[in-house]
Amino acid sequence: MIEVENLTKRFGNFDAVNSISFSVKEGEIFAFLGPNGAGKTTTIKILTTLLKPTSGKIKINNYDPLKEQNKVRQSFGIVFQDPSLDDELTAYENMEFHGVLYNVPKEIRKERIEQLLRFVELWERKNNLVKNFSGGMKRRLEVARGLIHHPKILFLDEPTLGLDPQTRNHIWSYIKELSSKEKMTVFFTTHYMEEAERLAQRVAIIDKGQIVAEGTPLELKEQTKTNSLEDAFLSLTGKKMREEEASPLDKMRMRRRMFRH
Amino acid sequence: MKVIYILWLRQIKRYYRSKSRIVGSIAQPLLFLLAFGFGFSPIFQRAGGGDYIQFLVPGIIAMGILFTAVFSGIEIIWDKQFGFLKETLVAPVSRLKIMIGRTLGGGTVAVMQGLIILVVSLFLGFHLPGFHMIILSLVFMILIALLFAALGTVIASLLEDMQGFQLIMNFLLMPLFFLSGALFPLQGLPRVFTIIASIDPLFYGIDGLRSTLLDSLHLGIFHDFLILSAITTVLFAIGSYLFSKIQI
Repeated sequence: MIEVENLTKRFGNFDAVNSISFSVKEGEIFAFLGPNGAGKTTTIKILTTLLKPTSGKIKINNYDPLKEQNKVRQSFGIVFQDPSLDDELTAYENMEFHGVLYNVPKEIRKERIEQLLRFVELWERKNNLVKNFSGGMKRRLEVARGLIHHPKILFLDEPTLGLDPQTRNHIWSYIKELSSKEKMTVFFTTHYMEEAERLAQRVAIIDKGQIVAEGTPLELKEQTKTNSLEDAFLSLTGKKMREEEASPLDKMRMRRRMFRH
Repeated sequence: MKVIYILWLRQIKRYYRSKSRIVGSIAQPLLFLLAFGFGFSPIFQRAGGGDYIQFLVPGIIAMGILFTAVFSGIEIIWDKQFGFLKETLVAPVSRLKIMIGRTLGGGTVAVMQGLIILVVSLFLGFHLPGFHMIILSLVFMILIALLFAALGTVIASLLEDMQGFQLIMNFLLMPLFFLSGALFPLQGLPRVFTIIASIDPLFYGIDGLRSTLLDSLHLGIFHDFLILSAITTVLFAIGSYLFSKIQI
């Protein structure tokens, strides 16, 4: 479903992603783990056609993101790391907007929006503006939105950040069910190692732009002779804390946050 | 078409939902209208220019349209930072359609803003021309709106964040506005000014708007119409090119 070969992304003379290769099979739940600034989000941006790679080969659902952009885009749904809803629109309008962009026929659109909004328990709030939603509600709405067009691949960039265990469980059980029932491939990143250990069939660990280990959670634990994926992760990537330089956009988001609170 | 429509609709909804934005962007032109209109009226009349309010209103309408339209383009920067742009950019839709939808939406909002100013100016003593002239003036309002919405897109595609915006405001938009003949007639000014004005697209917009709203048609408005359409087309092409190159 996802095939990546020698993918490199260079910003100036900094290799954010340095010749990584991996593949994800259809219907698989794949965790992409790494410390801050390791290149996770850059990789997701390249896979989802937001960034162009410096070099390397990629196939998404057998399409090339450089040449067959729209076919690739139709194949996946994504929940971004930062919120990407329109605050000035209602929950329903955000869903509707997405459905129209992905060319979901009107009748099916209505049906799926209702079904998904009921599932994430936002149906009662469908006509409320998103700016009045809590962080958790926004997250739930984004997950629901990413599923309207029944994607073959679902990208989740730290989808459960800031959610309570109840919501996390609820969302994950639904995603797992979809994955096994509809053979939807799931590619996710997270900082919660127990989440990755419990859910992922396979894991890749990336550090400083390179993949340092790949396999099932069990294999990684055996390889590092540790008892949990968290320990395996630490033994593979070291205990030193990472710093990420803020981009202008991050700085601006920060200012906005300060402004709002 | 559906895609362009939903993008357009989004802009309209955002507009009528943010009442403070509507009030805010009408208040500034109105302030200009009141301050300049009543402040300079006596001098203007004594100098033989006629009724200054009549002269000024088309300029202020254009001002309202100019700023609203550019801001609607600049909104792309907001969408960049609040993440919504990503949502549209990963959708299986051509970037050209996204750009068209946004520009039409921003243009529509700007024209509405211009019409509101026109209505308000009636209370300040502005006299309307005949009906067909109002329709003709609407053509110019739409052209000005689309031109500057496209310009806004061009600027927004080039800027990384809002910090550069002050610069654009002070060194591009304000000069465009002041040298367009919106506030004072350009006849009899030093040649430098008239040369600069002749490359200012708003100059043609104001000329078209003024001659239709004041019912003083002259042949020059075809000229105005052609130049405005040409610049709009060029800016649109540049805008869609730059927009298609956005990476986040």
